[in-house]
Amino acid sequence: MPLPVVVPLLGAALTLLLSNRPWLQRSVSVACLCTTLAVAVALLVQAYRHGPVVVQVGGWPAPVGIVLVADQLAALMLVVSSAVTLCVLLYSVGQGQGETRETAPLTIYHPTYLVLTAGVTNAFLAGDLFNLYVGFEILLAASFVLITLGGTETRIRTGSTYVVVSILSSMIFLAAVGLVYAATGTLNLAQLAQRLDGLPDGVRLSLQLMLLLAFGVKAAVFPLSAWLPDSYPTAPAPVTAVFAGLLTKVGVYAIIRIETLLFPGGQVAGLLMVVAGLTMVIGILGAVAQSDMKRLFSFTLVSHIGYMIFGVALSTVAGLSGAIFYVVHHITIQTTLFLVAGLVEERAGSTDLRRLGGLAQVAPLLGVLFFVPAMNLAGVPPFSGFLGKLGLLQAGVAAGGPLPGVLVAAGAATSLLTLYVASRVWNIAFWRAPRLATAQPAVRLPALMVGATVALVVFGLVLTVAAGPLFDVTADAAADLRQRTPYVRAVLPDDAP
Amino acid sequence: MTGGGAGPTLVLVVAVGVLVASGVSLLLERSLTRILLGVILLSNGVNLLILLSGRSGAAPVVGAAPGGTLSDALPQAMVLTAIVITFGFTAFLLAVSYRSWYLTGDDEVPDDIEDRQIVRQAERNEVTTADLGGEGPDADPEQVDPEPPRRRPRRGDGPG
Repeated sequence: MPLPVVVPLLGAALTLLLSNRPWLQRSVSVACLCTTLAVAVALLVQAYRHGPVVVQVGGWPAPVGIVLVADQLAALMLVVSSAVTLCVLLYSVGQGQGETRETAPLTIYHPTYLVLTAGVTNAFLAGDLFNLYVGFEILLAASFVLITLGGTETRIRTGSTYVVVSILSSMIFLAAVGLVYAATGTLNLAQLAQRLDGLPDGVRLSLQLMLLLAFGVKAAVFPLSAWLPDSYPTAPAPVTAVFAGLLTKVGVYAIIRIETLLFPGGQVAGLLMVVAGLTMVIGILGAVAQSDMKRLFSFTLVSHIGYMIFGVALSTVAGLSGAIFYVVHHITIQTTLFLVAGLVEERAGSTDLRRLGGLAQVAPLLGVLFFVPAMNLAGVPPFSGFLGKLGLLQAGVAAGGPLPGVLVAAGAATSLLTLYVASRVWNIAFWRAPRLATAQPAVRLPALMVGATVALVVFGLVLTVAAGPLFDVTADAAADLRQRTPYVRAVLPDDAP
Repeated sequence: MTGGGAGPTLVLVVAVGVLVASGVSLLLERSLTRILLGVILLSNGVNLLILLSGRSGAAPVVGAAPGGTLSDALPQAMVLTAIVITFGFTAFLLAVSYRSWYLTGDDEVPDDIEDRQIVRQAERNEVTTADLGGEGPDADPEQVDPEPPRRRPRRGDGPG
């Protein structure tokens, strides 16, 4: 059970030692992530059949010791994140990331990547607030190294913004952790779920807002999202892909967790809905104005975070289930799109739409690889993006009332605008006559890069085909989250209500 | 506060306030060195806040004092972790700021590409042509969005 955290960390140490043997280093990284994926699948099956899996690390009983908890939500996120990180790792091996290249002259790529994975899994499995903080810090520290990889001028410029914003959000989180402890005397999530209910409303609300503020920065929710489209695009393609897929979703996961387990009852549902609507609309309007593929996808990333926050704000079982499904879908699709952008860069030397053209003619496979996830993102039936949006909008309509109504309209409009953005990229980069940049002699794309991207595209399609069973799992997870008792009883078997 | 024991002293609470306030105001600067100082002050303020969240009292060693008068050991353990983490971040930020000075002769964080584009278009009263796919005046991005000129000192010059 603690394997998903421990294996990547040990792997990181091992790969650091093996830094002058690239082949061995790569195989160790791949083996680590394969193990993580296998354990994650086993955990999901276990959590689905028998309820949350709990491990007391170090053998101390729950409220005192550190617990790792894999309920259905955590296990599902774990499966998706390990699958995606594995694909991205293969892609970067194919690209030769971490070898001696001008863009990445160091062999620290693999160790750092594994530390990042360990941070992500630790955050998903954390059973207490401070461990969640540590998970965030692990992944942040690794992401700092990855985003400034090579230390070129542009990466330092964008990286410094990212580093400062992330540190600030961590400070807010840490202050919130201190205040939660002062107010309740515990940081164990299950125990907090019991004790927070007894606090005065004002204290409870301010603790909730502080935690939301910290996670909102990490999840790039609208007024706190300005750092993201600026910092992500300059990093190497696989790094951007894994950041876009996972890091913001860890923030979303944390928001789901605290909104259901610690602060149920939707005290701030109105605020969350307004923020979700603004995130969707403003994010996608930003994407409309972009002329670079990577920046454009960074804006769609921000925009679609809004859908998940909307689902959380509804705080009905249908809303939460839709949000979880959307997180799974969005991790996969957004990562795929950034990987495709990386392939375009490799093939045509640029991701700037003003220089691209005719890629569908020059590289038909690339065209297919872009078209499927782009349409999926835009929510064209029958893809999983459509199903996820449909689930959320249905939940919104079912909730009734004026504010959810506005949000449903905003969600539909955002979906249409995403379709516009996706088709604009398609028309300019792939459909029109070849341009200077694309007319250069054909570069053979490494088979592993294409293979990893194909695997993720197929994974996205599998999500579509398996949407029925997946919705069963997410609905079950959402029901558990709403009840709270399965989680609390699993962690504290003695004094659950 | 958890349970009885002495509450936090006013001095410490004020110290947290002052540290956080000065840290935040330094964070708003553009120079990375000042931001770094801001991060240090801010993190010290927050660490102090965590320390305040537990009960104060004698050293939390069994047998050192009667049971009820021990201080709360958990915030102390947490603050140690937090100090180590902020130490790492501080070192990283220092490295970034040194690298920035090494590359550009300056540790200021410049405007991002978007801001520069918008400023340029506003100056020339142009319309954005993103939709036209490069048929407009800003056809070649590397021609129209040059990085702003910077002073490049020889190695060995001081940052000041």
